[in-house]
Amino acid sequence: MSPSLRREDVAHVAKLARLTLSDDELDQFTQQLSQVLEHANDMSSLDLENVVPTTHPFGLVNVVRDDVVRPSLDRDEVLAMAPDSEDGRFAVPRIIGEAP
Amino acid sequence: MKSAEQIVRDVRSGATTASAELDDALLAVKARNEELNVFLYVDEEGARRQAESVDAAIARGESVGPLAGVPIALKDNLCQRGIPTTCSSRILEGWRPPYSATVVDRLLAAGAVPVGKTNLDEFAMGSSTENSAFGPTRNPLDPTRVPGGSSGGSAAAVAADMTPLALGSDTGGSIRQPAALCGLIGVKPTYGLVSRYGLIAFASSLDQIGPFAKNVTDAAMLLEAIAGHDEMDSTSLPEPAPSLVAHINDGVAGKRIGLVRDLVDGADEDVVQSVLRAAEALAAEGATIVELSIPEFRLGLSAYYILAPAEASSNLARYDGVRYGLRVNADDVTAMNEATRTAGFGDEVKRRIMLGTYALSAGYYDAYYGQALKVRTMMISAFANAYRDVDLLLGATTPSVAFELGSKVSDPMAMYLSDIFTIPTNLAGDAALSVPFGTGEHDLPIGVQLLGPGRSEAKLFAAARVLEIAEGR
Repeated sequence: MSPSLRREDVAHVAKLARLTLSDDELDQFTQQLSQVLEHANDMSSLDLENVVPTTHPFGLVNVVRDDVVRPSLDRDEVLAMAPDSEDGRFAVPRIIGEAP
Repeated sequence: MKSAEQIVRDVRSGATTASAELDDALLAVKARNEELNVFLYVDEEGARRQAESVDAAIARGESVGPLAGVPIALKDNLCQRGIPTTCSSRILEGWRPPYSATVVDRLLAAGAVPVGKTNLDEFAMGSSTENSAFGPTRNPLDPTRVPGGSSGGSAAAVAADMTPLALGSDTGGSIRQPAALCGLIGVKPTYGLVSRYGLIAFASSLDQIGPFAKNVTDAAMLLEAIAGHDEMDSTSLPEPAPSLVAHINDGVAGKRIGLVRDLVDGADEDVVQSVLRAAEALAAEGATIVELSIPEFRLGLSAYYILAPAEASSNLARYDGVRYGLRVNADDVTAMNEATRTAGFGDEVKRRIMLGTYALSAGYYDAYYGQALKVRTMMISAFANAYRDVDLLLGATTPSVAFELGSKVSDPMAMYLSDIFTIPTNLAGDAALSVPFGTGEHDLPIGVQLLGPGRSEAKLFAAARVLEIAEGR
């Protein structure tokens, strides 16, 4: 049996998922997610020790093509849809340290 | 409204033009779109251009494609170059894709006329089309009720006679469930039969694009036009599109069809009665009905609501305010990512991202995600075992007829239960369809579900056609 979901677990997961939750949302999500996980607990009693997991219905194999240069997406068209771009690249706020 | 088959015949013979058919479709959209909120975007200009090019080809005496002149609606998680594609999410509002989905290219090549983009539950997460950032879609048959979801806009477009065809996507029932609630044929093809290139990913190992139509032949025509190998999707099956329309009248004589107790237990009485009558109709045409139970099906919902959110939490990590869609500015990049995602995603999407992130996190991975992957293996074995004895399976598509707007939105678990009969097929990667059969409470349509192994679409369509004929259609 899996442990029940605590409010601080939900807060931790929100941080991992890059989401900010209000206090009310934390309460609500804790209750709603607990319900789904509780339903999922009907799997935990099964003895599946020797069952192989399935990640893909027909089994994935690598698909490769010949390494030939082909046209790709138009750079200007792609960058035109970006929130911010500069010199043909995506622009983002600073990542490390102080701005110059 | 004319069937797709009729439109193609008339366009080819010169009895009508693609442009005239498009005019009719646009009028129908204008008449009811405000009331029903079906289309998020109508591409009148592009549709006119495509219709005119079909008409010009016919005028020049050239051959035209198998869907020549047929107006079609596209679920707004399918990319069409230059046309706003939102997934019904604020996070993609205003985004115009720089490329088209393979299915869109194939539709255009087949002569179909994409009319616009339809509403859905945000990122296809939902069963009622109420989780849209742009408001709910209403069921054309009773606007106080939901059309089902997540492909509710596409189902409503066909049910409201706006377009004879529409495309949706089905991850846990998102084509079959709205088809049932709107009185349509809805098909979830074998995983890999239709390219997912250009379908905005929700749960990649489960997602599959498929058709909505008012009759079996139209649905088969549409699936034929979009199916077949695509090198742009590494999970695409290797073979070309199967021949479906040619087998539509093959019937069910000599076929063994399993009536699955677990796919009717818990359904409302009117739904159960429709399934039993469908079994009788198939038996009357020479099928042998075998009652059976697949107890593993009851684990489907649990496995699905771990696996699909887990995949979604990973797929939706890309919405970080960097390359497309919404950006909410902040001092550093992490704060910007978080502010953007918090403002851009709706509640249900957040819930599923959270659930998936939790199920994949250290300490819980084996208990939830790992265990669900093994249940998926059990599900595949259970189906395979059943198909050693029978050709197809029969059950309900949904536990009830269309429910009222607002009746399940505040209770996610109740909403999730409306997919209880459709989920097993997605976990197995198999094919299934919903076909209208009878009406129930409030004279609303009921869908019965036919399920088959991978690549059994021709048999499924033939069985669905038998039910259609039994209903006098």
